Amino acid sequence: MVKPTQVTNTIRAHRFAHGEMTQADLAERVGVTRQTVIAIEQGRYSPSLEMAFQIARVFGRQLDEVFQYTAE
Amino acid sequence: MSYEEKNTWAFGVIAVVGYGIYWCILLPLIAQTPIPETPYVLPMIGTIVGAIVAGIFTGIGLGIFSRDRTKADQRDKEITRFGEQIGSSFIVLGGLGALVLAWVDADTFWIANVLYLGFVLSAVLSVIARLVAYGRGLHAW
Repeated sequence: MVKPTQVTNTIRAHRFAHGEMTQADLAERVGVTRQTVIAIEQGRYSPSLEMAFQIARVFGRQLDEVFQYTAE
Repeated sequence: MSYEEKNTWAFGVIAVVGYGIYWCILLPLIAQTPIPETPYVLPMIGTIVGAIVAGIFTGIGLGIFSRDRTKADQRDKEITRFGEQIGSSFIVLGGLGALVLAWVDADTFWIANVLYLGFVLSAVLSVIARLVAYGRGLHAW
């Protein structure tokens, strides 16, 4: 029913690189629930462009350093 | 499980239980009286109002015991919208069914019950779609 996303991300790696930031901490800083952060990390939810920018900004990175698009 | 996901489960359970209670009240009445004279209005109003009240109190109760409380984020809103889109098909089918019954001068019992069934099926389908979206994912890009 739901087409798998081709947008991958390295949020988990960035969290660990930022003092082992928890999913709850990231969720708090972006203003979403922890379940949403989990879903994004696992590729079960593609965030809006604005949310993606917010996540990248938390890590002080450019958008494409956190989110990658893998074309077929 | 987030507050919104728990609320979705509760909404589905309440919709099914409410409709079940309606028929538990109605079936003995149908057995005693002819269908056009069956007093279905009060049980229908009672179960609809009861389901709304139960939904409100369950939402409050879940809010008290959930850490993320009533915070519905963008994903929750997208999933809710997705569920409503899926569920609305049964609202349309229920409306069409009632329209056809009105055309053929069917008893109001049938018209009201087709509409009620449409609402319940819409709610159930919407809940299923939302739970699948919570479990399997929803992709905006």
